[in-house]
Amino acid sequence: MSILWNLFATFFKIGMFTFGGGYAMIPLLQAELVGKKKWTTDEEIMDYYSIGQCTPGIIAVNVATFIGYKIKGIVGAVTATVGIVAPSVIIIIALANIINIYMENQYVAHAFAGIRIVVIALIVDVIIGMWKKAVGSVLQGCIFVVSLLGLIWLGVSPVAVVLTAAVIGLAVRR
Amino acid sequence: MIYGLLFFEFFKIGLFALGGGLVTVPFLFDLTTRYSWFTSEQLVNMIAVAESSPGPIGVNMATYAGFKVAGISGALTATTGLVFPSVVIIIIIAALLDKFKQTTFFQNLMFTIRPAVIALILNAGVELGKLALNGIEAIAFCAIFWGAIHFFKLHPILYMILGGILGIALKL
Repeated sequence: MSILWNLFATFFKIGMFTFGGGYAMIPLLQAELVGKKKWTTDEEIMDYYSIGQCTPGIIAVNVATFIGYKIKGIVGAVTATVGIVAPSVIIIIALANIINIYMENQYVAHAFAGIRIVVIALIVDVIIGMWKKAVGSVLQGCIFVVSLLGLIWLGVSPVAVVLTAAVIGLAVRR
Repeated sequence: MIYGLLFFEFFKIGLFALGGGLVTVPFLFDLTTRYSWFTSEQLVNMIAVAESSPGPIGVNMATYAGFKVAGISGALTATTGLVFPSVVIIIIIAALLDKFKQTTFFQNLMFTIRPAVIALILNAGVELGKLALNGIEAIAFCAIFWGAIHFFKLHPILYMILGGILGIALKL
């Protein structure tokens, strides 16, 4: 299987099962790209998210572009991006004329209620897995706690959280 | 002409919507005031659809608007417009990153950024939890699934399919 087709197929699969936003994609990235293909690492995924969060565009697409570039340069970046976007494009075109029927279908609603709960459990497991790689010192622990408090209780924007952590990094560690 | 306009409008959203997710919504709402591509009511429906279909809401909305205006080629034009700016920007950053990622400067930067990313991931889980964990039954379901995920380590897609089936069976 050529590498480009492999990239496309992998990101198509990830795009098809990404429910609940860009961060909900991480369990799939881990399983497919870190576990199976060894194309990237947990650390790199965290780095791509921090950059993707602070640059224009949709975070899931940004991360796909990053990983595609790492594997096969500009062509790889475009291939991964097309792969991740394609399932939503196909599904929305297919549903466009029957969106109200789809939305009111009870089976769809129940299925997605179940899927969302599973996605939360997957996210919890991702955090447990990444914890040691990201939070290994008192300084890092403090940054985690303060970031979380800011996000959840003060409504600080994710971009501001990443930039503040960056400034602290530059100030404290030279 | 309509293709140019679709491309241009979604290109602008792709360039200025910083942070992803629902940040595209105000930009999309602005489109409803200037064009008759879709109504604000359809936009609200689409936000609900995004919760019940895969993929980013920005992509879904660009596809939907483009399709309504000019069929499949319209859908492709609007979606291409939306992702174009970020693809160019990320390619430039990725090329620079290749040169800088081994430097102490970059490693120091990421040393303090990574714990913040963990907080972002947890925050995304909390946001999803507000929507999905709406009772003791859902919380128990989530805990059991976490146990299965952690100890059996099967592919996430298998758990998602199982969750969907159980959702229908148990009327979650």
